[in-house]
Amino acid sequence: MISPSTMAAVRASGAVPKSEYLMTVTGVRKEFPGVVALDDVSFRLKRGTVHALMGENGAGKSTLMKILAGIYQPDKGEIKLRGVDIQLTSPLDALKNGIAMIHQELNLMPFMTIAENIWIRREPLNRFGFVDHTEMNRKTADLFARLNIKLDPQMEVRDLSIANRQMVEIAKAVSYESDVLIMDEPTSALTEREVAHLFTIIRDLRAQGIGIVYITHKMNELFEIADEFSVFRDGKYIGTHASSDVTRDDIIRMMVGREITQMFPKEEVPIGEVVLSVKNLTLDGVFRDVSFDIRAGEILGLAGLVGSGRSNVAETLFGVTPASAGTIAIDGKPVTVDSPTAAIRHRMAFLTEDRKDTGCLLILDIQENMQIAVLQDKYVKGGFVDEKAVARDCADMARKLRVKTPNLQERIENLSGGNQQKALIGRWLLTHPRILILDEPTRGIDVGAKAEIHRLVTELARTGVAVLMISSEMPEVLGMSDRVMVMHEGRVTGILDRAEATQIKVMELAAQ
Amino acid sequence: MTTKVEAHAPAAPPAPRRRLPPELNIFLVLIGIALVYEALGWIFVGQSFLMNPQRLTIMILQVSVIGIIAVGVTQVIITGGIDLSSGSVVGMTAMFSASVAQASTWPRALYPSLTDLPAIVPIALGVAVGLIAGIINGQLIARTKIPPFIATLGMMVSARGISKWYTKGQPVSGLTDQFNFIGTGIWPVIVFLVVALIFHVALRYTRYGKFTYAIGANPQAARVSGINIESHLVKVYAIAGMLAGLAGVVTAARAQTAQAGMGVMYELDAIAATVIGGTSLTGGVGRITGTVIGTVILGVMTSGFTFLRVDAYYQEIVKGLIIVAAVVIDVYRQKKRKV
Repeated sequence: MISPSTMAAVRASGAVPKSEYLMTVTGVRKEFPGVVALDDVSFRLKRGTVHALMGENGAGKSTLMKILAGIYQPDKGEIKLRGVDIQLTSPLDALKNGIAMIHQELNLMPFMTIAENIWIRREPLNRFGFVDHTEMNRKTADLFARLNIKLDPQMEVRDLSIANRQMVEIAKAVSYESDVLIMDEPTSALTEREVAHLFTIIRDLRAQGIGIVYITHKMNELFEIADEFSVFRDGKYIGTHASSDVTRDDIIRMMVGREITQMFPKEEVPIGEVVLSVKNLTLDGVFRDVSFDIRAGEILGLAGLVGSGRSNVAETLFGVTPASAGTIAIDGKPVTVDSPTAAIRHRMAFLTEDRKDTGCLLILDIQENMQIAVLQDKYVKGGFVDEKAVARDCADMARKLRVKTPNLQERIENLSGGNQQKALIGRWLLTHPRILILDEPTRGIDVGAKAEIHRLVTELARTGVAVLMISSEMPEVLGMSDRVMVMHEGRVTGILDRAEATQIKVMELAAQ
Repeated sequence: MTTKVEAHAPAAPPAPRRRLPPELNIFLVLIGIALVYEALGWIFVGQSFLMNPQRLTIMILQVSVIGIIAVGVTQVIITGGIDLSSGSVVGMTAMFSASVAQASTWPRALYPSLTDLPAIVPIALGVAVGLIAGIINGQLIARTKIPPFIATLGMMVSARGISKWYTKGQPVSGLTDQFNFIGTGIWPVIVFLVVALIFHVALRYTRYGKFTYAIGANPQAARVSGINIESHLVKVYAIAGMLAGLAGVVTAARAQTAQAGMGVMYELDAIAATVIGGTSLTGGVGRITGTVIGTVILGVMTSGFTFLRVDAYYQEIVKGLIIVAAVVIDVYRQKKRKV
């Protein structure tokens, strides 16, 4: 066993042993209290390839990735880096060995400039020992030129879009001259054009011999960018294949261990009267003159690029950011929705885009998370909560939604993304909403949970709920919706019927 | 000695994950401290620390005022806030309530026409003044969105100013026996325990409690779930102010006089008791039972030092260390949970 520091020294000297595999992992096991997260897992990363890790949430790919990045230490098994045994003790240690990870939650400091963020801890100094900002900005500009990123190194990170922050993260990883890059769902917040740019960068890096571990839930990305992929299921390694050898259905079968016949079970359900009618809804400086109706049983898809104002419309509808103009009518009667409290009173429900920021009460348990909205007006007598009834109904709901957990006293942060999402949907279903607003209901969750959520939404529509569904995933919008509303730069550019809504039409309206 | 208990992490029984009440740890710390004093007592002073009912009674009496405040502070901290004003509110409400609790036999009554009133009047006035201070805190925080630290810091300074201005710095004495009665004997302890019980129930079994935890866990998610955060925060700070007011009344009754300097630093003792009791300063976590134990720990510490004839200076130094240690343990525990 060679210590990381020795390894780093060997690496610096240039005498790095050549081997076909940048990284090999054999027989790795990792246990957490009560769960075996990884069991006898193996994985190999070839030089100059993009290797996708696939699997449902909870399959173990995040754990493997964290082991590769030095965040977790395996209980058993060995890791070889360029053919040499290695033990990574920390993320910094991994970085020094040329392994860089780009986290799903971006780790940049908002009040510092791009250049300061990239070179943190490694700032070029002038001869007085002060940070040499000119040199730092020059180095950043060089780096950006190499990656074809067009950003001013002196901008503060807080002024950047999520996509641009992602670019900065990637540039930072590259700046360490890493030869293993780990990307955790890098496209989950990006628009199509940004994804294309990211892929160009990834291909460049690959051509330079860098190996990229790429975690994604999106099947089409796999075929577009990955050379190989490995599938995991329930902490076990299932197999590795070249992505050119398999079909989408093959992969899904490997991931879930069962056949998924249809991804989007759109069923025709009876469409009733107009439930929600929105006229000229405006939020100054964000969106203008948004008008639409949703009928009982109807699913209205809302498409548009990131930044088009989709989520803002949802937030305004629900009273999170009250409208500056326009009217909202329910059952033909105008209503005022100036707070989420008012929205709930009108039997609206809103599954927000960001599970962690605006959805989960992470440190509280599942039941406490599920009951919080319904306690507004039910299960409470004289201020006291009817614990028995609410516990029973939460448990019923969790069972119905198939939330995977031993009991509802588990903290919600211990659940996988898909199960968190189901619990949050349960939170709203307990209120028996008539209008359900879903903002990216399946973002970052696995195929199995996705299909379940789709089925559930269809089921709700059947019972007469009016659904507004925002999604960045075109197949989801097209597959689920009765009609698709498209937004571009704060305006509605069109509402398409199911029959006329095609990927091309929607993109045309979204990009204009 | 406090960290010892941490080492006793049960070897994770696999199947039924029946969690032990979080207060157990703190309770063991309390027992541990008491036993250490007991041992030191026999070694250095030649007598028992625990086998002295009189000492234990005094000890509980001394901290019951802190305990009353801490019950309010716990709720504030669960929402992710802080209340620095409670000590000053104690001083202010002690002055106000004492000023209408004077006996007609006292020659220099502040309001000669308002003497010999039934005790309920000064009690109600003290509680009401505290309530108003709390509402002001809450409104400031909810409406202007300034950090609770700043809002209550302002109240801390101003309330102290008001208590000095009220009588131009003169103490208020000559209180009626009826009023003084609530400060005698075991009464302050009873007030403390009743208050603790009420809010223990409120936090665990009422909507008020559920919302308090939800706001502390994630204010944005709580808001989207339909909780009116602004009005709820006003309630929480109002309750904290009201309890500080009650503590002021009890303080005046115990001392049978009121002075503008009463309650100085009580807010810090109350925060310390809360934090030692396992309430997390990041919000969303905490229980009244823990706070009660935390309060008793503070009492045992102080009374133990006195018993061992440790210099008052050392007492303060060690108290500071213990507060920091409690938070360090909390942070460490949170980290362990995360894995």
